[in-house]
Amino acid sequence: MSISQGGEAAATAGTARVRAVLAVKPRWGERAVLGSLVLCALLSVATTVAIVVALLEPTIAFFRHVSPIEFLTTTEWSPLFSDPEFGVLPLLSATLVLTAIALCVALPFGLGSAIYLSEYASPRTRGLVKPTLEVLAGIPTVVFGFFALTFLTPLLQDVWFLPGDPPGVFNALSAGLVMGVMIIPTVASLAEDAMAAVPHDMRAGSFALGATKLSTTVRVVVPAALSGIVAAFILGVSRAIGETMIVTIASGGTPNLSFDPAEAMQTMTAFIAAAGIGDQPTGSVGYQTIFAVGTTLFAITFLMNMLSVRIVRRYREVYE
Amino acid sequence: MSDLAGPNPAPEGLYAQPARAAEVLGRQRLRERAKNALFRGLLLFSLLLGVVALVVLLADVLDRGLGHVWQVVTSFPSGLPARAGAQSAIMGTIWLMALVALFTIPVGVGAAVYLEEYADRSRRWNRLIEVNIQNLAAVPSIVYGILGLGFLVRGFVGLGQTLLAGALTLSLLVLPTVIIASREALRSVPDSIRHGSLALGATPWQTTWRQVLPAAIPGIATGTILGLSRAIGEAAPLILLGALTFVTFNPEGLNSAFTALPIQIFNWISRPQDEFKLLAAGAILVLLVILLSMNAFAIWMRSRYQKRW
Repeated sequence: MSISQGGEAAATAGTARVRAVLAVKPRWGERAVLGSLVLCALLSVATTVAIVVALLEPTIAFFRHVSPIEFLTTTEWSPLFSDPEFGVLPLLSATLVLTAIALCVALPFGLGSAIYLSEYASPRTRGLVKPTLEVLAGIPTVVFGFFALTFLTPLLQDVWFLPGDPPGVFNALSAGLVMGVMIIPTVASLAEDAMAAVPHDMRAGSFALGATKLSTTVRVVVPAALSGIVAAFILGVSRAIGETMIVTIASGGTPNLSFDPAEAMQTMTAFIAAAGIGDQPTGSVGYQTIFAVGTTLFAITFLMNMLSVRIVRRYREVYE
Repeated sequence: MSDLAGPNPAPEGLYAQPARAAEVLGRQRLRERAKNALFRGLLLFSLLLGVVALVVLLADVLDRGLGHVWQVVTSFPSGLPARAGAQSAIMGTIWLMALVALFTIPVGVGAAVYLEEYADRSRRWNRLIEVNIQNLAAVPSIVYGILGLGFLVRGFVGLGQTLLAGALTLSLLVLPTVIIASREALRSVPDSIRHGSLALGATPWQTTWRQVLPAAIPGIATGTILGLSRAIGEAAPLILLGALTFVTFNPEGLNSAFTALPIQIFNWISRPQDEFKLLAAGAILVLLVILLSMNAFAIWMRSRYQKRW
């Protein structure tokens, strides 16, 4: 018994020594670093919360003045006039028209560029064209707006051959087309990433079965990369909806419930910018409309982004 | 492969007549070739549209703006087109660039290091941060302007229409871009480097600071420069903050009133006189030179320093 007691004592002393050697001193420096890194990451969450809070408070105040039903169903928008009307539909329809025009350019041409770069281009061509598209993606939107207003619009007026009046100085068509060109690099680069992730074996298998390059691309590569391509499209849509300067400069500042692309029309973003330039006094209804329209815009783009994240996550084909 | 069989299957008994079979197959192959060439042509055309648009845009701006660059750089805003310039806007843009870099690089890289090196990705909380950053990257820039207006300029923080408020707004705008680019750069550093460092007894932070970060710097710098150049070109958020267009002095400090090049360009575009449009083209050239040299530097750095592991 005494032996075992002694042994136990020795064992305890032993573990104590081992523990002392292994004892990890709390490394306060490491913890402080980790803490500050966490703070950096949390700033992004704080930004989102701040956006929501900053948007919601004046928006709620706005909807005390104006019923949501009036906001969403009436067709006159003149909130800054002495006899204000608050029907957001003209802004929504303009956003819809401009987005549709832009997508008619951005989706086919963006996807076409992506397919060419991923499946057809030689390394030399890729090395030349990819930086060019990156530069195109980096051109500021005021510059695109300038281009639409002072180059494309006069050009369209000169060559107009369709029925109906030629486009005016401000028109949705020119702004939408230029916006489409602006979005091409976004769609192209994301769709290309998706296609590059399709393993080479799938193409080789298709060729081995005697398929041509065309059918390999259209029936094997594109379907395999579909979730990424759809996500690229959705991001393109949300960029078109949120684009501000091109539409402010080239599409004009008159709310207009029309679907004629040759006419001037004001989108949600263009209204926000115009009201911002007007420097509305804090707390006035004019000030609150900025936030009400901003909330609508944020909600739409937020939903689209969530949809895109979800599509990628759910339908992504995972290759080893 | 069904394309090869073609829309018109071989007539019965065709293969008993080798000559006709060869002829039919030859015709089908020809049709296939034509379809392939057409498809390739369409793809090439869609690729060229973007390139051509860029070339036409640059040529147009060069043509109209080149003669006005000097006046734009040396003069201050004025109601008379013959005397108007954008020096205060150029200085404002340079100030903004420096401040945005100062704010976003430490915070952006810090967040990226946390997410890549420390965070346990199976935790719900960390996944939430990730999705949140992805979402923020796609929020329209004008919404950041609204945030700046309601939170930084007037509301809670109340900085007024100052350079600091503008820089903070733009920093929030590009932060997600910087974080995403830095994470990619960190991810491309192979784990063997981390394991080697840890095995030699370095702490996690020593490993990150002395091994991982230096290896990731080229990628981080490239992403950061591209993010910054996005901030410099943005007009929408600044318009909402109420950045002034008629500032006839260069910024003197953080609390100074300011204007920036995109704002000045927008202001000149929206005036009816054609002379101001030419000045706008001149200012666009200045802005593009700043941006393109930043982009070129970033692309050069990527190809020069990026290691392949």
